[in-house]
Amino acid sequence: MADFVSTASLHAEKNRATATTESRATRWVLLALAFGFIALFLLLPLILVFAEALKRGVGPYLEALGDSDTLSAIRLTLLVAAISVPLNLIFGIAAAWAIAKFEFKGKAFLITLIDLPFSVSPVISGLVYVLLFGSSSLLGPWLKSYGIEILFAVPGIVLATVFVTFPFVARELIPLMQEQGTGDEEAALSLGANGWQAFWYVTLPNIKWGLLYGVLLCNARAMGEFGAVSVVSGHIRGLTNTMPLHVEILYNEYNAVAAFAVASLLAGLALVTLVLKTILEIHYGHAIAGSRGH
Amino acid sequence: MNTAPADAGWRFRVPSVIPGFGLTLGFSLAYLTLIILIPLSGLVWRSAALGWTDFWAIAMDRRTVKALEISFGTAIIAAAVNVVFGTIVAWVLVRYRFPGRRIIDAMVDLPFALPTAVAGIALTSLYAPRGWIGSLLEPLGIKVAYSPLGIVVALIFIGLPFVVRTVQPIIEEIDKEVEEAAATLGASRFQTITRVLFPGLAPAIVTGFALAFARGVGEYGSVIFIAGNLPYVSEIAPLLIVIRLEEYDYAAATAIATIMLALSFVMLLVINLIQAWSRKRYG
Repeated sequence: MADFVSTASLHAEKNRATATTESRATRWVLLALAFGFIALFLLLPLILVFAEALKRGVGPYLEALGDSDTLSAIRLTLLVAAISVPLNLIFGIAAAWAIAKFEFKGKAFLITLIDLPFSVSPVISGLVYVLLFGSSSLLGPWLKSYGIEILFAVPGIVLATVFVTFPFVARELIPLMQEQGTGDEEAALSLGANGWQAFWYVTLPNIKWGLLYGVLLCNARAMGEFGAVSVVSGHIRGLTNTMPLHVEILYNEYNAVAAFAVASLLAGLALVTLVLKTILEIHYGHAIAGSRGH
Repeated sequence: MNTAPADAGWRFRVPSVIPGFGLTLGFSLAYLTLIILIPLSGLVWRSAALGWTDFWAIAMDRRTVKALEISFGTAIIAAAVNVVFGTIVAWVLVRYRFPGRRIIDAMVDLPFALPTAVAGIALTSLYAPRGWIGSLLEPLGIKVAYSPLGIVVALIFIGLPFVVRTVQPIIEEIDKEVEEAAATLGASRFQTITRVLFPGLAPAIVTGFALAFARGVGEYGSVIFIAGNLPYVSEIAPLLIVIRLEEYDYAAATAIATIMLALSFVMLLVINLIQAWSRKRYG
């Protein structure tokens, strides 16, 4: 291996080969560090979820998933995602349209505000709704007198989920639509299309992959949110328990197989999300601006 | 792009032939106000209504101070670890070709996609005294689960993609000719990396640190399982908020939340300033 190490005594030909890369030994060390770190922190926890879920075999695994409280948690999680993702999708499109297609004062500030939920602790995201709708608030008693339940009920869970997933679609679409500019829409308008037609037939096809990408990430977070939902849910079994909250309850009851069985469904969702995300990046990378990073 | 208006007077927006400005901006602002701004300002308002003495008493409560120290301290350590390993991972992914690179690349985003509660119970089982890794560490006298070290482990998991995904695109953009030039001028590989490449990466690394740190301070789901949640030892600030809420002590929950928000904003501001400085210093 020593002959690969670049030293001053090596002649120019060999030195050039290593001028823009590390020596072979360094490369191996870096690769080993990267692999070791990923295996230790990402791969092992993932494998453990499935191993623990199937520890007593397939029978108990399926039995845990067939439990009625588990089924209602799955239903609630799907319901919450089905409401909050479309809401943030519509907001994302509207905000990206206003921000990317027009020049106006205070735009940078507006983008900062949209990103705000990312820098707020999930617990605080839940807390703000408790303060707004709780019995100690101004609204609380008024809502109660009309029999409207927000906290410790589905509306509160939806609101908290909408809060934490608020920026996902918008921040995918804004850079993408800014990059695409207004030329296509202007052409459509000059050819006689109205605004809706320009959006529907020109803009939407242009942004569909970026939109899907944003929805994918938004959905993953919506189904997996724990902190914010935990604060507003009240943890009523079979009623206001989402899948992540159900995982916690089962785990705290030392029902490890059932906890990891429900967790394995969420881990499966995460894996599907990652696969779809990677496919989108490989095939439509050019159509997903800022395809990396959150 | 739209051209600037002929008269240079103040205008809210540059005129455009594209329709829908009022509708989309109006809807966006209304939605933003209802979902984010009103609830958040409610928090600030409630906290202000506490009055200075009450607020100060809660803020200086030993348990509050300790929880904030633990949250911020562990988040800084985890972000620092992620800066080192995240940069190595990003470098390896961009520069080296090896089987399974695409899979490793996709795996990096796992913490974004995996619900935090799942990560929490998985890491806890892994590092518990009888777990796969915990049982190896126990003879060495290292206790990870149910200790502050466990919090750091959870926050490393949560923060890794923030560093990798901020640094990776910048490494991709590096012009190889710069490295060749440095080598031609007689720089060793080590010198090229530390004196030529690193300054260019520094702003991205600082940003990655800031993002991982900000996420770590507020993290709840993955931490509460592994931390053991012992007051004064391994109790994080978000958990203390939840505990105060369950005690119907809204005042304390509000005050701690406000302090956390304020501290995070100050930290992010400082990091932004460092970033601006390093951009100016290193271009």
